[in-house]
Amino acid sequence: MNIIVCVKQVLDPEIPPAKFKIDPETKQVIAPSGVPPVISVYDERAVEAACRLKDKHKGKITVISIGSEKASDVIKHAISMGADDGFVLNDAAFENLDSFGTAYVLGKAIQKIGGYDLILCGRQAADWGAGQVGSILAEILGIPVVTLACDIEAVDQNVRVKRIVNDGYEVVEAPMPSLVTVSSEIGLPRLPAGMRLMIARKKQIPVWKAQDIGAEASQLDKGNAHTEITSLTVPTRKTECEIVTGDTLSDAAVNLVSKLAKLI
Amino acid sequence: MDNHKGVLVCGEIAEGQLAPITIELLGVGRKLADELGEELSILLMGSKSGGLGQEAIAYGADNVYIAEESILDAYNSDAYTQAAANLCKKIVPSIMLFGHTDIGCDLSPRLNGRLGGGLAMECMELSIDPATKLLVSTRPVFGGNAHATMVSKSARPQMATMRAKTVPPAERNDARQGKVIPVEDKLDASAIKVRVVERIKEEVEGVKLEDAEVVVAGGRGMGTAQNFGMLRELAHVLGGAVGGTRVACDEGWAPATLQIGQSGKVVSPKLYIAVGLSGAMAHIAGCLGSKCIVAINKDKEANIFNVAHFGIVGDWKEVLPAMTAKFKELKAG
Ligand SMILES: Cc1cc2nc3c(=O)[nH]c(=O)nc-3n(C[C@H](O)[C@H](O)[C@H](O)COP(=O)(O)OP(=O)(O)OC[C@H]3O[C@@H](n4cnc5c(N)ncnc54)[C@H](O)[C@@H]3O)c2cc1C
Ligand SMILES: Nc1ncnc2c1ncn2[C@@H]1O[C@H](COP(=O)(O)O)[C@@H](O)[C@H]1O
Repeated sequence: MNIIVCVKQVLDPEIPPAKFKIDPETKQVIAPSGVPPVISVYDERAVEAACRLKDKHKGKITVISIGSEKASDVIKHAISMGADDGFVLNDAAFENLDSFGTAYVLGKAIQKIGGYDLILCGRQAADWGAGQVGSILAEILGIPVVTLACDIEAVDQNVRVKRIVNDGYEVVEAPMPSLVTVSSEIGLPRLPAGMRLMIARKKQIPVWKAQDIGAEASQLDKGNAHTEITSLTVPTRKTECEIVTGDTLSDAAVNLVSKLAKLI
Repeated sequence: MDNHKGVLVCGEIAEGQLAPITIELLGVGRKLADELGEELSILLMGSKSGGLGQEAIAYGADNVYIAEESILDAYNSDAYTQAAANLCKKIVPSIMLFGHTDIGCDLSPRLNGRLGGGLAMECMELSIDPATKLLVSTRPVFGGNAHATMVSKSARPQMATMRAKTVPPAERNDARQGKVIPVEDKLDASAIKVRVVERIKEEVEGVKLEDAEVVVAGGRGMGTAQNFGMLRELAHVLGGAVGGTRVACDEGWAPATLQIGQSGKVVSPKLYIAVGLSGAMAHIAGCLGSKCIVAINKDKEANIFNVAHFGIVGDWKEVLPAMTAKFKELKAG
């Protein structure tokens, strides 16, 4: 089974809100110093899903990422989990792409790699979180798409996906090749260890430019973008929090309950 | 020339009626259409949609498109995408609105990919820019740490999914006039590749999370599944429901259907008790509508204290048992 996983490198979404700063002029986030970027959470789960399929059916996992040259770190992370190969898609023309531009570039790279049974994406990127690249990519490639997977099985020539819905889940089947977007409910990603870390460290990650994948300048032209960000703000909230105390914490708890009793 | 005109709502039917989110969308859709001086249409799918035409008109639609094929009775991604794309090709809407629901989240990005539009998901606000007449969509980004506004200068349709309960429902007026238009083209069955094998409802004991007046939520700080059970005890005493952060659900302390936040459930109880959770914006997005938020966390810098009304700084292990006991006493007495 040949699987391609699309992974994005993002600002660590777990930085405390107090450290979150933006530049409203450039409409960009200012990364706090000393906080290294990470693999987007759901994309790491997509790598995990791919590894589980490989454990069962053998095959090959290829990981691709559009980003800076540092994006090789997230490719290496995926390789340390069990992926075989990876490519960084880096070009000045790939900076700040909208969802269509991103899907277009991923599609071009995927066509170059070829021979896939399954493409996995995260349900949404942990930064801008547009939540649509996977579906657009599937439409561009003309293959079926199943979103929000919490379990993926390959049954003959079909992919059988358990997907999350509001009040439970549903099981759907689609013929391969197809694209599946992965949700966190698939479970925790494996921790890279031992030999795999060594392999990842030594691996050379090729960088592909626009011309390497045959991406056309007109498709990447910001003037043709489907969506444009017009402003970025940090919402302000001011709730006065009354800290309830007492001689001991259990006294504090009792005092708190007296205050809450009125409410319910 | 731009021949895209009008606002199209993608309707949803729940228990044979227009879903609440659909009535909300008709409300915003009507406003947007009036500002543009254009028409508001709605697409209703499935064999139950036939009887809902007048209903949709009363809530503000000028045109109701009814696609009654039985294959559209339950959501199928391929079938719905095809039906919606066919209608869009025919009526070329300028704006298309969806609920940020199971259906809207799956359908809108696919349709966007097929039609080449511009989509903003999970919007909290939609308006028309008076100068450019473009749809301006406001949505959370960076897990809710920031809000972005977006426009589509030339791509059409301009699409958005809207969070539930961010706008009031449309007002009903039975005197309103409109057209009910059956969709006649049949779907191409050969293009339906995805098949739904089964749907499984996960029954949760006790009060439903979304309806609960009291929600007790726990996070990573609970430490173990057994500790998490103590939250259930408090919820039980208060006749409320339990929920968890993504971390708690990942750990398996609570089922995935009880995750609260941006990628989980949105709740707005009278009382929200947050225990051992830091209050990441992506979590807070799911409980900000609560009347009163109470935080129990041993880290006084935790973000949850920035949105809570009452808090105790300390180890829940010492706070929670005393709270549960005191509430029990009050309820008994
Ligand atoms: C796109 C996106 C979507 C997301 N969607 C969601 C979502 O829907 N829901 C969600 O919850 N998260 C979501 N997240 C994840 C979110 O960013 C946080 O990772 C998560 O909410 C943190 O969970 P937590 O508060 O349980 O854990 P932590 O942040 O680790 O907090 C644990 C807290 O427990 C406290 N604590 C520890 N021990 C004790 C003790 N003994 N007594 C008292 N306090 C104690 C600590 O001080 C700490 O504040 C999303 C993230 C992204 C990027
Ligand atoms: N720059 C990127 N490089 C590789 N994959 C990406 C990139 N951006 C988005 N994706 C994939 O598309 C998914 C959805 O992203 P989005 O629609 O931006 O929320 C992500 O979870 C990734 O799998």
